[in-house]
Amino acid sequence: MNPWPFVVGAYAVAVALTAALLLWSLVSMRKAEAAADALRRE
Amino acid sequence: MHRFANPARFLKIARPATMWLFVVGLLLTGVGLIGGLTLTPPDYLQGETVRIMYVHVPSAWLGMAGWAGIAAASIAQLVWRHPLAAVAGRALAPAGATFAAVCLLTGSIWGRPTWGTWWEWDGRLTSMLILFFLYLGYIALAGAEKERGGEGRIAALFGLVGAINLPVIHYSVLWWRTLHQGQSIGVGGSSIDNSILWPLPLTMIGFTCLFGAAVLMRMRAELAEVRVEARMRRMSRS
Repeated sequence: MNPWPFVVGAYAVAVALTAALLLWSLVSMRKAEAAADALRRE
Repeated sequence: MHRFANPARFLKIARPATMWLFVVGLLLTGVGLIGGLTLTPPDYLQGETVRIMYVHVPSAWLGMAGWAGIAAASIAQLVWRHPLAAVAGRALAPAGATFAAVCLLTGSIWGRPTWGTWWEWDGRLTSMLILFFLYLGYIALAGAEKERGGEGRIAALFGLVGAINLPVIHYSVLWWRTLHQGQSIGVGGSSIDNSILWPLPLTMIGFTCLFGAAVLMRMRAELAEVRVEARMRRMSRS
């Protein structure tokens, strides 16, 4: 059995899910902080 | 810990810490993963599939550490009513759930060429799957409690009760000797050769930094949402 598809698959899953978590956290933080700043300026 | 009870003081530290954790995490994870893919030799028994260790072990550690963090936040919530405890619990849950899912998926991928099966109802695998479902339950419960305007005490109780699963996961390979291998790295040292081991500390610290950055970003988002809600309430009253 060729092991490389399993190795690459495991790395892809780890990198994709970690990137998705970081992106979601970043976007939700930016959005919430921008809304809070906009209200403070009003 | 009570020094950070003031959200303004917490944010003063969290803002630069988020960036530092993110940058250091990306750097260490990148070096560890590339090193693990290209610079280490194959294992004498497992061959090339041993490289899955560099993503599987950190995700297992973070899946469990995330719930340990929830349990600590739950104690802070129930005993001291720390104003940031519920926020920390809600921020830790999605990050912990993500890494528990990564652990289950990469473990399953590792199991196919090593054990000849994608899944087995083994003690370690099953207790890790239970941890993932506990995370989903916590996210739903804490979210519902927040929507109702609760203090997060029910979610905190759930967080404490769920911590019972952590020693079960840790000792499962000793209590039920089934398919999952025993501990390779302990306090006294490691049974893994250094030529294979060296990228693991890099990915362990790297993914931990990225986990920390994600948790801080979620906490900042929650605190900003609280500020918006408070201001909206004040505006509607005046």
